[in-house]
Amino acid sequence: MESFLTRYKNLLFLVLVLALQIAGLAVQIRRPSPGAPDGHSVRLIRRWAVALISPPEEALHGGGSGIRDLWANYLDLRHVRQQNQDLRERVSRMQLEQASLMEDARQGQRLQQLLAFREHYIYSTVPAQVIGTSGADQSQVLYIDKGSKDGLKPDMPVITPDGIVGKLKDVFPHTAQVLEISDQSSGAGVLLETTRLRGVLKGNAFGQPQIVNLLPDERVKPGEHVVTSGGDQIFPRGLPVGVVDHVVDDAQNPPYVDVVIKPAANLGRLGEVLVITKLSDQMPPQERKDIAESAASLKDAGVQRAADILDQRLPSVDPTTQAADAASPDGIPPLVKAPLPLHADRYTPDATPPAQDLVPGRRFTPDLPASLTGTSPAAAKAAQRKTAAGGASPATKPARPLRAPARVAPETSGNSESAAGVSVPAPASPGP
Amino acid sequence: MRRELDVQRYPWIAVLLAPLVAVFLQAYIPRFVPRFDIIDLPLLVIIYFSVGWRNPIAGTLGGALIGLMQDALTSRPLGVNGISNSIIGFLAGSLGVKIDVENPGTRLLMNFAFTLLNTVVYLFIVHRLLAIDLRTNWLHEVIKAVINAIVGVFVFDILDRVRVRE
Repeated sequence: MESFLTRYKNLLFLVLVLALQIAGLAVQIRRPSPGAPDGHSVRLIRRWAVALISPPEEALHGGGSGIRDLWANYLDLRHVRQQNQDLRERVSRMQLEQASLMEDARQGQRLQQLLAFREHYIYSTVPAQVIGTSGADQSQVLYIDKGSKDGLKPDMPVITPDGIVGKLKDVFPHTAQVLEISDQSSGAGVLLETTRLRGVLKGNAFGQPQIVNLLPDERVKPGEHVVTSGGDQIFPRGLPVGVVDHVVDDAQNPPYVDVVIKPAANLGRLGEVLVITKLSDQMPPQERKDIAESAASLKDAGVQRAADILDQRLPSVDPTTQAADAASPDGIPPLVKAPLPLHADRYTPDATPPAQDLVPGRRFTPDLPASLTGTSPAAAKAAQRKTAAGGASPATKPARPLRAPARVAPETSGNSESAAGVSVPAPASPGP
Repeated sequence: MRRELDVQRYPWIAVLLAPLVAVFLQAYIPRFVPRFDIIDLPLLVIIYFSVGWRNPIAGTLGGALIGLMQDALTSRPLGVNGISNSIIGFLAGSLGVKIDVENPGTRLLMNFAFTLLNTVVYLFIVHRLLAIDLRTNWLHEVIKAVINAIVGVFVFDILDRVRVRE
């Protein structure tokens, strides 16, 4: 027995070490769901490892940042006046653009409220610096210099102004682990902006994010924008994800395809990220203030708002009439006057005479007022005379009805066209 | 008797720091050079010390510790890299007893084979033990093994300098 242990001690030691680790794996994968947090002991080991690696990373990052900042400050100061002027102009221009777009956005929000749709605004964020990675190509993970002491919690979304980055996985007191959207174990609900196809975004073997298990669709083209759908309950709706790079067949699940995405955020060279710590159905106060300022500046500049342009194009109550009626003692609102038709016909208001003027069995030809047809009265009379004399020009031939009538009434006025040459189909007889 | 004569000795500070520096660089450099993660510096350090010590037990233990540390920095369960690195450490320690690994050509081949084997074991654990649907591109893995083999020759050369000369 002793000789057996001595002879195979190396192998037995290996088996022992492997057995212990396999047992450890078995304990870890007994979690209720894949996304559930780690157990206490596992978390402890992760914390020790991070505590060992993070301080030098932070120190190097801090030192490097100091040198970079010194050089950047020198460079910035050289052109700061010109840059400041350019930025001021840009802010003014963007304020005007924002205010004009906000009218449309508000209209959309009102419609969403009518549909009981709850919009989620990014209410507060925490900026953080990326200090390290997992170092493994099979695990797309980042480390940031903010943790639970800064109010971060697992599953909080991480973004940049360009697009989404990932979500927080493990949060330690002073650091946190970010699972990138390019990791194979990640998942985010996304929407193709043009084709409105929904899917789940995961990482592939090359560390690229891709929408998996989509049915083949020829409409999906490279360059199409992809945004978050909000369906994962982590990322708010409408954040940019990236653009479609190419579509590949899913070899493991035919006939599905995978849509490989070029991420909007540069995942390979992230410096600073934003962690969304709070979402709300109310717009943040600062954003409301910005919009109010933009609207005020827009008014001062005399720029026409999108809503005003829309107001001019749609029929509405004349403000002067409205004011007069509002002042009337009975207070009855006036009837809304219909807009002028582009092509008047017998259904046009004011084109039909009163009922007592109509003769039974006689075909009625509408005598459209010039205001409706856009022709002068003299021209209308001349056209009537010409038609009565039987000189119907090809342009004023009686129009053929869309459906052949069963029987056309014999007594017609011979003037089946409108004065302006507007064709009116001969009405079908009432029948026997 | 030959085994004891051929065992390489290293200062304890180098034995302690080399894996830590390897793990640190592995985690830090990809921030600036994203494709650096194709190189597995901790694995190369494990192979180097296991082969130099010519002791499979030390190789197994070293592989397990460094592997667990790598796992702790990823999003995967602890033990995936630990198991694969333990096996590599054991095999490297066993190989060191039998053949001379001072030659750069031998080192190149050895690093290529161990990197590829490490990937095979890693993927086996992920697919079979954890049942995680991890997509694999074998061409990528072969390229990774080739790059690690080349980088390994230089890393071994650097680590040779900290060896205690007798």
